[in-house]
Parts: sequence; C-alpha cells; structure tokens
Amino acid sequence: MSTVAQKQGFLAVLWDYLTTVDHKKIAILYLASGGFFFLVGGIEAMIIRIQLAVPDNNFVSAGLYNEILTMHGTTMIFLAAMPLLFAFMNAVVPLQIGARDVAFPFLNSLGFWLFFFGGIFLNLSWFLGGAPDAGWTSYASLSITSEGHGIDFYVLGLQISGAGTLIAGINFLVTIINMRAPGMTYMRMPLFTWSTFVASALILFAFPPLTVGLFLMMFDRMFGANFFDVSMGGNTIIWEHLFWIFGHPEVYILILPAFGIFSEIFATFSRKRLFGYAAMVFATVLIGFLGFMVWAHHMFTVGLGPTANAIFAVATMAIAVPTGVKIFNWMLTMWGGSIVFTTPMLYAVAFIPSFTAGGVTGVMLASAAADYQYHDTYFVVAHFHYVIVGGVVLGLLAGTHFYWPKMFGTMLNEFLGKITFWLFLIGFHATFFVQHFLGLMGMPRRIWKFLDGQGLNLFNLISTIGAVFMAVAVLVLVYNIIITQIKNVRVGNDPWGDGRTLEWAIASPPPFYNFKQLPLVRGLDPYWIEKMEGNTKMTPAEPVGDIHMPNNSFIPFVMSLGLFIAAFGAMYQVDWRASDGESFVWAIPVLIIGMLITIGSMAVRSLKDDHGYHIHKEDLLNDDEGGRD
Amino acid sequence: MIAALAFILSGCGEPFLSALQPAGEVAQRQYNLMVLSAVVMVVVIIVVSIVYSIAITKFRRSKVGEDVIPKQVEGSHTLEILWTVIPIILVLVLAVPTVAVTFALADTAEMEEVDEEGNRTALVVDVRANLYWWEFNYPDQGIVTAQDLVVPTDQNVYFNVIASDVKHSFWIPAVGGKIDTNVDNMNTFYLNFDSGSAEQVDNLFYGKCAELCGPSHALMDFKVQTLSSEDFDEWVAAMQEAGEEESEPANDAIARGEEVFGPDGQACIQCHAVSPTSGAGTSQGPNLATFGERSYVAGILDNRDGEDSREENIKNWIRNADKLKPGNTMGAYNEDDLSDEDLDALTEYLMSLKVYTE
Repeated sequence: MSTVAQKQGFLAVLWDYLTTVDHKKIAILYLASGGFFFLVGGIEAMIIRIQLAVPDNNFVSAGLYNEILTMHGTTMIFLAAMPLLFAFMNAVVPLQIGARDVAFPFLNSLGFWLFFFGGIFLNLSWFLGGAPDAGWTSYASLSITSEGHGIDFYVLGLQISGAGTLIAGINFLVTIINMRAPGMTYMRMPLFTWSTFVASALILFAFPPLTVGLFLMMFDRMFGANFFDVSMGGNTIIWEHLFWIFGHPEVYILILPAFGIFSEIFATFSRKRLFGYAAMVFATVLIGFLGFMVWAHHMFTVGLGPTANAIFAVATMAIAVPTGVKIFNWMLTMWGGSIVFTTPMLYAVAFIPSFTAGGVTGVMLASAAADYQYHDTYFVVAHFHYVIVGGVVLGLLAGTHFYWPKMFGTMLNEFLGKITFWLFLIGFHATFFVQHFLGLMGMPRRIWKFLDGQGLNLFNLISTIGAVFMAVAVLVLVYNIIITQIKNVRVGNDPWGDGRTLEWAIASPPPFYNFKQLPLVRGLDPYWIEKMEGNTKMTPAEPVGDIHMPNNSFIPFVMSLGLFIAAFGAMYQVDWRASDGESFVWAIPVLIIGMLITIGSMAVRSLKDDHGYHIHKEDLLNDDEGGRD
Repeated sequence: MIAALAFILSGCGEPFLSALQPAGEVAQRQYNLMVLSAVVMVVVIIVVSIVYSIAITKFRRSKVGEDVIPKQVEGSHTLEILWTVIPIILVLVLAVPTVAVTFALADTAEMEEVDEEGNRTALVVDVRANLYWWEFNYPDQGIVTAQDLVVPTDQNVYFNVIASDVKHSFWIPAVGGKIDTNVDNMNTFYLNFDSGSAEQVDNLFYGKCAELCGPSHALMDFKVQTLSSEDFDEWVAAMQEAGEEESEPANDAIARGEEVFGPDGQACIQCHAVSPTSGAGTSQGPNLATFGERSYVAGILDNRDGEDSREENIKNWIRNADKLKPGNTMGAYNEDDLSDEDLDALTEYLMSLKVYTE
C-alpha cells in the first residue's frame, strides 16, 4: 500500500475522503466541515450584532431575527464546536495513546457522515421555507406552535447529527479503554485523552435524553401526538427538563476537551510536566459527574419551588471547586517553568483570565434568588459566551495552531497567528464584557430590537464594534490557513521542539498506519522521558510485523444519506396529510425509500464480511519515510 | 470595596429599568446577593491575577535561559488542599445567604391571611401573559386592566402568573427578579414597590417579557404605575364604579367612535372589553377601559408628551400594528378597512376611555 505516496487526481482524493476510515482523515473532514459551520454561525452572529448596534434598528425583520439567533446557537454548539473538538480528538487521541486507529474505524466514518448530513439538513431550512425560530433551546410551547417547517428541520437535523455524536462518543470510550499502547496506564494518559474520555462518557449519558426529547417533539409536530400540548394533557416543562438534562452536560462535553488541549499546551510551552496531574484527572472526572446534577439551574424561574432551587443552587456552586483546582494547577504548571509565547501558548495564557471571568459569573448565576434577576438577560448571554468563547473557542483556536503541523505537516504562520490572537481577544472582551451590564440594566436576551431612551445604546454599540474585531480576526486566520497550505513548508516529528506526548514522536503527518511498532510507554509524558534520556525515538514494544488495516468503505456515507432523504419524507408528509393527499404525494415514498437505503446499507454491512487487509512486514521496512505524501 | 462596587454599579442604566438601582425589598435583597457574590468573585479574580501575572512574567524563556530544563514538579499536596479548601469556604459564604433568600422570596403565606370578615388582607394580582400583551386582574376587587399594572407602594403585592398561549416571563427589573408565566400551571411570587424610588421615576417602572415568545418578544413591554395606598384605594373604587355605570358619550365624535368600535362597526369590542370589570381571564385582546390614561400605547409608543402624542400614537398603532409589533394577533387597519374619518372618531373615543384621571 505504498500508493499513498503517489500524486492523486482531485476525484481520487474526493473518493478517498468519502470512503476513508482513517482517523487522521476523518479528523480533517471534521475540521473542514466544523470550520465551515463556524463561519456560517459567525456570519449569523454578525447579523445579530449589526441589528443590535443602534436602537430601533430594522436591518433584519423580527421573524428573520429569531431564525438567525436560533441558528447561531444551534450551529455553533452542534455543528461547529463539537465537530471541531472531534477533529482534534480524532487527530490526536489515537496517537497520544499509541494506537493504530480508533477501535471502530467504520463507526468513526459513520459518526462523521451522520453529523455532516444532519448539519446540512438543518441548514437547508434557510432555502426551504425558513429556519427554526424558537431558540436553540426550542422550548415546547413556542416550538410546537411555530409555523412552517423550521422546527421540523431542527428536530430531524439534530436527531441525525446527534446519532453521529453518540456513535463518536462510544467509539472514543472503547478506543481509550482498549487500544492503549503497552505501558500506557490510565494514570499515564495525557490530559487531552483523559478529558476526551470523560467527555465521551458524558455524551453517552447526555445525548439519550436529547434524543428522547426530540422524538417526543417529532411525534408532536409530525405525527399528531400531544406530549407537549397542554390543552390535550401534555406538559411543556418536561421538554425543559429533558433538554437541560442533556444541555448542561453538553457544556462540559464542550469545555472538558478544551481544558485537555490547554493542559497539553501549558505543559509543552512551560517545558514542565502538568502540576498536580492526579488532581487534574480527578477534577475532570468530578466536573463530569457534577455536570449531571445541576441542570435545573437553567430553570430557576420556572417555578420549581424554593427547595429544588436551593438544592440545585448549592450543587452548582460546588462545581466551582474542581474548576478552581484546575485553574490553579495550570498556573502552577507555568510557575517555575520556561515559558515561550507561541501562538497556542498565547491562547492558553489568555484563556485563564477569560475563563475565570466566565467561571465566577457562573457562580453568581448559581445563586438562585439573584438568578431571578440574571435569568434570560444579557448577563447570561455574557456569561455563556465567556465560558464558550473564552474557554472552548480559545481552546479550538489554540488547538488549531498547536496541532496543525501534526495534522498537515506544515506550520501556520506565527506572525499572522498572533495578529489573529490579539484581534480576537480584544474583540471578544469588548463584545461580551459590557453585556453583563446590559443584562443587569434590564435588557432581556433574544430581543430583536431595543428601543431608544432605556439607557442601553452605548454598551450595545461597543459590543457590536467588538464583534467586528472578532470577525476580522477570523478572516486573518482563514488567510493564514490558505497561505500556509500554499507554501507547504514541511516539518518534522516535533516542530514545537518541546513535545512531551506520543503524538510528537511520530512523523507529521503520521503514516496511515500510525506506529510501525507500538511504542513502549514508561511514564507520564513518554516522549519527554525518552528525550531526557537522550533517545530520539520511542522504544518499540514489539518487533516489526504485519499490520492489520480496515478497508475503506462507502457504506457510512450511503447509510447517512438514506436518513437525510428519509427526513424530507417525514417532514413533508405533514403537508401531504394536511392537503388530504392532494399535494406532496411523493412524501411517504421518499420516507420509505430513504429508510430502505439506510436499512439496506446496514444489511450489506452486516452480511458482507470485510476482513480488511494486511500491510506486510517487508513493505513497512521499505517505508522508512513514514508514508509522507 | 463593597461601597465602591455599589457606587460604580449604581451608575449603570436607567432607574425605571435597571436591576442595579433596586426599587423595592425584593430587588434590594437580590441586589445584596449580587454584590456579595461579586465581591467574593472579585477577590478570587485578584488572587488569580496576582499568581498569574507573576508566573507569566517571571518564568519567560527569555529570562530563565534558552536551554534550561525546569524541574519537573509533580505537584504539592499542601497547595492543592489549600486551593480546594478556600474555594469551599468561599462557596459556603455565598451558599448560606443564597438558600436563605431563595426561601424568603418564595414565602407567599400572607396570601392566605384573612380579616374577621373572611376577606383576604393582602393584595393579589392575577397576571395573564398573551402574545404580546399583559392582563392584570384584581380578583378580590373585581377589576381588570391591561398593559399598565397599577400597584400600591410600600406593601407586598402578590402575583399569580400564567400564560394563555406560549410561555412568557414576567419581569420588572428595578423592582425584582422575574418569574415564568407557564402555560401549564400558575406561578406565585411577590414584589414590593418602594415609594421613595417610585418618586424618582415619576411613579412609572418598565416591565418586560423575558422569555422568547415569538417575533415581537422584544416589544412585549408593560408599564407599572405606582400609587400610594390611599390613592390606590381611590383608583380601585373608581374602577369599580366605572364598571357599574354606563357612561354617556360626551360629544358626537365620541359617539361615532363608539359605533366604529362596536359590533356594527369594526367590531373591536369582540376582543377588547371597555368595562373595567369584565373580560378577565378570557378576553382575546387587552381591556381598554383605561386606554385614555395609559402611559404608552401597546407598551411601546410613549404618550407622556401630551394628548397630541397620544392621538398620533393611537392612529399609528391602528394603521401599522403589524409593523410596530410583528406577529401580533390584532393586525393593521388600512384606509380600505377603516376610513380616515372613522379613524379620527375611533381615536376620539379611545382617548375618552378614562377612569381615574380627568
């Protein structure tokens, strides 16, 4: 299989990516599509800020504004932040634990294509009669009365992409449990692997409640059920519970891997092992556990009563403790180290005060009685953007710069990277800091316009100007990526010079089979240990032998495409029934055809044995360059 | 530091709208919690900033040397216990008052208290939230109004809140935190309007809907008019009296306007009651009994510049309701629906709908 080294035509490359089961290529797919949706969500954010730049603005209409705010939140959470994190998990975690791939390469591909088709389906709503307009939380009383198909796109799109996420989560759990190299014990796993492990466990338990909620809403909207229709004995508060039992852990699903990325960066660019590794691992697990105990803090004003509110308030405050432990451990990692301010390190350093600010407002919000004032105002908007942008997005940008050489074999321009960093950081604080005050000054969230004479003009204008800075920063990043790929200066194993973990012991990008010989892990930061003993390579844990590889497969793409097609049928059969069978007669056949495609491809996968292939020992010995293209 | 912080915060926002300028007991207790938590958190931020600043200045590679390999410290139990225990203490400092205030603000036992004759002693208002307007029903007084909530100062006012279409949330930022108006169930809480603060804002606070409810969520405003206890009793009496008697139109224009309003004209009356004692809990549109003395038309068009602005606002609203509040259930009336003459008469009539003021 030394064909990888050959130049390939565009169609061949396309086909390769459509059928790939290689974790490194799936990582690139996640990065590209997550990046695309990040730009889409960013444009939506800019429209929101333009509309709110001045009082009584009419840049967009009221209905369209609600669609934009809904799609901004939904896109950023489900279609940008999560896939971008999956990109780094896929690119890095198998390498960090010394594995040849994830446990289920076929499922890895299926997870990606489900996410991709779900995301495309959701965004097609813009061109097919209007996007969802009930907020990313889609509270039931509003969403079941919302006209048109917007909410149907939300329900079906998230159901499809959610299945992909669940599959990806399970895959990483199994991978991390079973695929670790000899000597890689749990307490030697890098923090990014640990946080991926915990986040995957959260996905496993958090996504089923969302799936249930979406199913109930799907039946309400498309098949005449009444789970949320109060006049028929339904209850809308159930949706709020189901959504937040998913929704709060979701926040930790996003932030924990970002914590992991930062942990790697702090240790690398301080040339020092992570301070309090065991405490960091324990704090990660504890945050994940407590993350399931606090969902009702999103519902303090629903009227659950003082007992429930008090319990959830105290439980929420408790999360501050392990999070604080992490902040101090990161600072003490830098303390006594040798810090070099590369672009990823700049992001990591800026993350500490930004995320701390978001964390402390989280504790303020946990105070139930005071939350009656904060709830559903711009204070909350400021808070969650401080944790999600100041935590997750800074983590993603840091990870982009940090892991780019490992994924693509070339380094992003540091100068442009620092310009992006400064513009983004200044813009971020200018946009969101003043929003705390807007909320306290009486500005509810999700408002299409604010009227003059309420004292809200100045801060809203500042906020919009800040958003422009962030937009320019992202454009510089896009330029940086293009220029870097055009120049394509190749780099070696450890381009940052201070790599500590296994992924830096292997070529950039790694050969398609990863490690020719599985490495022997002798402690935390195994590559650092070898470097300190004067070794340039890891000690192999096995002789060179045949490597068993999975075959590429087009089935995951087809399986996901089937659900994508079926979703249109499920949605438009509502119109078919409403018209007494007059129009949309194709809806039910399309639903059936779509399901047949999916079930048929499942059957093919189950019935047709695919044993993969072997890379022979002789080929491996000849492939010393590590399969670089 | 608390005083300094409080001073800075109080500079923020307009006193009729801002939660940072509390105008009643509930808002004050919530504000105190905010300041307490903010101070605790500022302390945390200061500690973090100091450690952080030292770390990133003292341990730069340019200072410690290019080829130095730092000592690979595993951790420190003492330090780690320290920064586990101190946050726990800080959280407790905040948790105890949080729990206390949360229970205190949920205490609505006074609603059940009755005098010797079995009448409820506390004032109760039933709030019904609708796409995009608010109904305020005073069940014990048998009167109802809309859009302008009228309350007495310096006493607890108890609210039963519910929504009739989709979920909304009832919020008067300067006077206290919000409570959701669910479609499923009635929620209950209380507020207290401080007379001193009310004076500063000409007895008019702003109220907002705080839960996304559709296109005009942003414009689902209401106003709160505060009166002293005595004035409030007078207002109630005036409302009750107005509900009992049929008033004669004062002039021909108003009489014509009443016809336009009535079942043989535009049938506005199908949705809008004009008696302050009817339609509570069932009407499709806001009760207009006090329309001629409201501070705002539809909660968004300011009438306070005088009767000319009121007239202009009413006409603007009737002609352009769909643009002023997109998605509202009334819709607009153009020249084909309603002639200019009829609009003039209707406006005259609507402006004559007064109960309390002359």
